[in-house]
Amino acid sequence: MFEVRIHGRGGQGVVTAAEMLARAAFEEGRYAQAFPSFGSERTGAPVVSFCRIDDHEIRVREPVMEPDALIIQDPTLLHQVDVFGGLKPDGYILINTAKSFDDLGLGEFAKGFRHERLLTVPAADLAREHTGRPVANAALLGGFAALSGLISLGAVASAIRERFAGPVGEGNVAAARAAYDWVRDEMRELTGAPSA
Amino acid sequence: MLRQLEGSRAVAEAVALCRPEVICAYPISPQTHIVENLSQLVKSGELAPCEFVNVESEFAAMSVAIGASATGARSYTATASQGLLYMTEALYNASGLGLPIVMTLANRAIGAPINIWNDHSDSMSQRDSGWIQLYAETNQEALDLHIQAFRLAEELSTPVMVCMDGFILTHAVERVDVPAQEEVDAFLPAFQPRQVLDPDEPISIGAMVGPEAFMEVKYLAHAKQMQALELIPQIAVDFTRAFGRDSGGLIRAYRADDAETIVVALGSVLGTIKDTVDELREQGVRIGVVGITSFRPFPLEAVRAALGHAQRVLVLEKALAVGVGGIVSANVRMALSGTRLHGYTVIAGLGGRPITKASLAGLFADAVADRLEPLTFLDMDWDVVNRELERIGSSRASGPHAENILRDVGPIAAGPV
Repeated sequence: MFEVRIHGRGGQGVVTAAEMLARAAFEEGRYAQAFPSFGSERTGAPVVSFCRIDDHEIRVREPVMEPDALIIQDPTLLHQVDVFGGLKPDGYILINTAKSFDDLGLGEFAKGFRHERLLTVPAADLAREHTGRPVANAALLGGFAALSGLISLGAVASAIRERFAGPVGEGNVAAARAAYDWVRDEMRELTGAPSA
Repeated sequence: MLRQLEGSRAVAEAVALCRPEVICAYPISPQTHIVENLSQLVKSGELAPCEFVNVESEFAAMSVAIGASATGARSYTATASQGLLYMTEALYNASGLGLPIVMTLANRAIGAPINIWNDHSDSMSQRDSGWIQLYAETNQEALDLHIQAFRLAEELSTPVMVCMDGFILTHAVERVDVPAQEEVDAFLPAFQPRQVLDPDEPISIGAMVGPEAFMEVKYLAHAKQMQALELIPQIAVDFTRAFGRDSGGLIRAYRADDAETIVVALGSVLGTIKDTVDELREQGVRIGVVGITSFRPFPLEAVRAALGHAQRVLVLEKALAVGVGGIVSANVRMALSGTRLHGYTVIAGLGGRPITKASLAGLFADAVADRLEPLTFLDMDWDVVNRELERIGSSRASGPHAENILRDVGPIAAGPV
């Protein structure tokens, strides 16, 4: 089972992100369970959502406490909420920011993990470019597809289109693709592979 | 068709497939998404003919359902928590009049202190209201139980409440198989009411009944629930035949045949319990699970048959009968009266406290070693409780409990969980 926890703020589509991730996994024939942190969410307040993905039925209903991956939609949460709590040592982190882990003051923290699995992507900028709004949730899923290899970009695109019809959906698909490419290039740099 | 849907959407689609003619509802978390989805299906014309009645309260919601059902319309509503309490008087009328209304209850705690999260305090408070109560373990089962509920309600002419855990199920997006309209039509015949208010053939429904006949009329609700003990398993068999899925029934046993310790529970926590039981089984612990789907009527014989061979029973419940302890466990003990089986009551998950595999594993290990108190509160922070008890003891003007305890707990860090 692969468990993802998504952190953001009310209004940033944190719950929708988990739903779209679950739909993408479903699209690929897997079982998935997405659910919110059940708070009385309001705009701007910290919000958490969860997604589990597995090859068989998922029965467990507890919150994700030891995630395999973290998607952080709002970097201002980093010093306010224990976003990294419980992350497995070989876990993935994707943060929506144009800064690096070092710039964010997370250089020391990152040493405890596999560096090629900790990435940042300016998803809000990519979203603004492609949708006119800095809502990074869909773009981050594109980036996450590249980072984790857990789901394909095609499945992410189809989940986005299922949730958002018309130009909004297409804009978000374009943002997801841009984030996918960004992360893939970043990973090539980190692993020293020749760039495409 | 297999789809990835929010539980509320899955239930709304199941209800729509049952072709209700009147839906009346008042929004309350965590039930709101269900009736929102239904109102959209009515407005778009996908669900027709159906009248969606926006009402001003839960009392009105149930009252409209009663009126609609009495005219022979298939009627549906949904609520949660305080909403259920607000419709209490009408609940008793629906069952006393024998009207086959189906209602979804998105289980949520009851205040004070106000709390929007899941437990079973709401439905358990109405366990004696004369409504049949079915509890869903998954969103697939919630969907399936609604289709079965309309058939059950209408065959017996008695109301049915389908209980699903608020947020945990209603807001979870997972895989569900949504049947086709023809399949549901073949399984669920058109509503043939036992009593109809019709201006062309006027009758009265709801006469005052004195001591000469009250017990007899009242007994009929019980007689119908006793019939439901036969009918619920039959409908489940028919359902499996029609849809190819095992869903519903009175109880559901899991790895219980050779179990020395059996955990009894209701609703979505059964999934987490089963995963924990699998892990303990790998360590050689002979432990199993019995899930109760039908809490009203309470299947005394089925429960006794499923538990009778065990050495100990642990009833884990999401409600507290203040002043005595367990509610489900009192019923389970009734089923076990005369046996030597000993049992534990565990109150867990009140007000949405997560029930984790780690806590369950520790709890079950304690039960297997017979180290549990007869009444246990899972993951209770006793320091916090004791501090408030000390305050109460030391000062007459100790102030409000909730505010005192929140001060002790400190600002709620919006942590990961």
